Amino acid sequence: MTLRSRIPAALSGAAIVAIALTGCVANNPAGSDALSVAIADNACDVSVSTSAAGAVTFELNNTGSDVNEFEILAEDKLRIVGEKENVTPGQTVSYVAQLEPGTYYTACKFQQVGSPIGLAEFTVTGESQALSGDEQARLDEAVTNYVSYIKSQAGELVPAVAAFAEAYKNGDDDTARELFATTRVFYERIEPTAEAFGDLDPKIDYREVDAVAEGLDWTGFHRIEKDLWPPAAGDLNSDGTDAFLDWAPSTTQERTAYADGLVADVQDLYDLVYASDFSVTLGDISNGAIALLDEVAVGKISGEEDWWSHSDLYDFAANVQGAEVAFGNVKAIAAASGDDGAALVTEIQGEFDALDAALAEYGSLDAGFVSYDTVTDAQRKVLSDQVNALAEPLSNLTSTVLG
Amino acid sequence: MTKKPDTAAETEAVDGTTAEPVSKPGVSRRGLFGLIGVGAAGVAVGAGGGVGAAAAVGSFGTQGTSRTYDFFGTHQAGIVTPSQDRLHFAVYDMAAGASPDDLIALLQEWSAAAARMTQGLEVGETGATGGSLLAPPQDTGEAIGLPASGLTITIGFGPSLFTAADGTDRFGLAASKPALLEPLPRFSGDALLPGATGGDLCIQACADDPQVAVHAIRNLSRIAFGRAAIRWSELGFGRTSSTSTTQATARNLFGFKDGTQNVKAEETKAVDEHIWVGSDDGPAWMAGGSYLVARKIRMIIETWDRTQLQEQENVIGRDKGEGAPLSGGTEFTAIDFGAKLATGDPAVPADAHVRLAHPDNNGGARLLRRGYNYVAGNDELGRLDAGLFFISFQRSPEQFITVQRSLSSDALNEYIKHVGSALFAVPPGARAGGWVGETLFA
Repeated sequence: MTLRSRIPAALSGAAIVAIALTGCVANNPAGSDALSVAIADNACDVSVSTSAAGAVTFELNNTGSDVNEFEILAEDKLRIVGEKENVTPGQTVSYVAQLEPGTYYTACKFQQVGSPIGLAEFTVTGESQALSGDEQARLDEAVTNYVSYIKSQAGELVPAVAAFAEAYKNGDDDTARELFATTRVFYERIEPTAEAFGDLDPKIDYREVDAVAEGLDWTGFHRIEKDLWPPAAGDLNSDGTDAFLDWAPSTTQERTAYADGLVADVQDLYDLVYASDFSVTLGDISNGAIALLDEVAVGKISGEEDWWSHSDLYDFAANVQGAEVAFGNVKAIAAASGDDGAALVTEIQGEFDALDAALAEYGSLDAGFVSYDTVTDAQRKVLSDQVNALAEPLSNLTSTVLG
Repeated sequence: MTKKPDTAAETEAVDGTTAEPVSKPGVSRRGLFGLIGVGAAGVAVGAGGGVGAAAAVGSFGTQGTSRTYDFFGTHQAGIVTPSQDRLHFAVYDMAAGASPDDLIALLQEWSAAAARMTQGLEVGETGATGGSLLAPPQDTGEAIGLPASGLTITIGFGPSLFTAADGTDRFGLAASKPALLEPLPRFSGDALLPGATGGDLCIQACADDPQVAVHAIRNLSRIAFGRAAIRWSELGFGRTSSTSTTQATARNLFGFKDGTQNVKAEETKAVDEHIWVGSDDGPAWMAGGSYLVARKIRMIIETWDRTQLQEQENVIGRDKGEGAPLSGGTEFTAIDFGAKLATGDPAVPADAHVRLAHPDNNGGARLLRRGYNYVAGNDELGRLDAGLFFISFQRSPEQFITVQRSLSSDALNEYIKHVGSALFAVPPGARAGGWVGETLFA
């Protein structure tokens, strides 16, 4: 999409240091009641699936062939509440996470890319522990976890794009069409981050009209999309121009170039977010939430984003998930800011729930969504109204969080 | 520089030397009709011809609705004229079978009617109520009792009037087509709708009372039937530019002051340099004219409205309250593009609208902007179909093209979409008793 993020990527060394806060606040020494996690290339077995609230110690042991990472995910299986990276083969390391009562998921990530492996439910019971009195520590934790989430999505994006690009390059258009929408999900969930890296989003995700208007070479997902769902004679681009104006189906050679280019650009994104000095600010997180909603309001609702594939609802759902994860990372901070903050959090959560429900009428990311060209104007308006209903309170999150 | 016509003594100085609007005892249409009756088109109505109470009649105008501006003059009115509050802009296409004589007659009849309406007079010899009971009235009547309200009517010629898309010389005018009169190139953010783009002829009607502006377009459209018909039109309900130092800077629908840096009528040198086509510019018939760019710019206001104040100000490059540049000072303080924040970042961001639009960043190119806020109902998603109906006048379309290209990286682009676009050659003003476009057919 085209929305230029106003959020600077905080890449300088002065940015908040992303140390795993949870590693520093153990109130019981690792060992006695530690849970063991057996990590292999294709397994991630936690010895016990429940724990009491508080500091929970995980004894990680990587018996696999390459570097791995251990993640604790929130109930949405997206937001990361704790993570231990760079667990090398043969290493045993102790990791302590501060967990509130609730449902979580544990998983590992072989080579720190791709889908979570060994995803398993993990239940934390008991009383809510008093939050650390150190407010700065809480802010740091929100940042740390959000950075981990960005990395995890980038890590899933890389192999997904590789498979998609390979199919497209080889002319296996059926497979490529099948993978298009689900591949984009990992990108759409963290889009504001990619946009913060200047020229990456234009290369990866510009629509034809954006590229033409800015005089850029048109590359990326949407270039490929038009090859996979080619226009018929007389079809129009989203800006009303003829679909064949300065466009022709890609040659085999061009396909190779676009496929390789997308793979390389996505790898760049991965490298940038995995760089040791990559971080974000608290404001970036809450602003990212509203930026994602604006993406929906401007591009997805109108059907302009995925003009040829009509898979807009996948992007829509991914943007909303990304916003909800960002919100989830800072909502405890907002709620702790006072009664107004607590009320705002409640309101936002309610609107997220309503939007999720409205979207669910058209499918889900797992089961698939209906083609957006089958969604009528009246139905689109219902979605649009709910996006606005959520975006209004959400746009007050930053000022509440930063107080 | 030209002398203003003698008859314009109490009206707008068309050369911009005195832009102070002249408020005078107004003339109501009803009063004039009774007193003067059937004056020939183009008669200059003096102040004494009115009824003194007319100024109180206008119910919508916010300032001096009794103002009148001469239709005749070296330049057409409605350019350096202090921006009126309301706009009705209409674009026409000539009928398929229309002849050159039809075009000439249309321009003559438009000019005659415009000359009357701008003086607060009804259209036609018998006006709205003075004719046969068995005939429809010549004037549509909704402006009965309303004063002139500062009405100006400005006529322009689109590229397609000279040559059709297929190259056809429709009215024998191809040889007179200004080289610069070509459809505007595609710009960043363009999502042009055919229903708001291009056209053979345009009429810009501006007034301080919306009903007076609408009355003008309605009656001129009626005159055109059979020879030309409306292609698209737009209502502007609030001016966003000031074209005179006597006017306060207005706000656009983003809530920001717009056009602080506009060329003002009082800057006579700048007006000559940047707005009027010079006698050496060519073609000769355009000397004293100008080029009008119209752009319908839809604002994504729902998104804008939930944007943090700080970001809004960074996008524009000015503070929202005062309109002062972010480099400091007050509204009219020169922008210091080199000013830095404590962080080392520029005080006026690199992609701020004011930076990219500023003459310093566009080879000195300046425009006279005369835009209006519009709200055309709502779209199918219930979002306001609102924005800026941008109008600018310039000596050459290149000035606009330069600025618009520079705006391709404008931070504002995230919140706007250009949905309409047109360019017109605005010929010089009509001589007293003459008609607009006479020089083209001379």
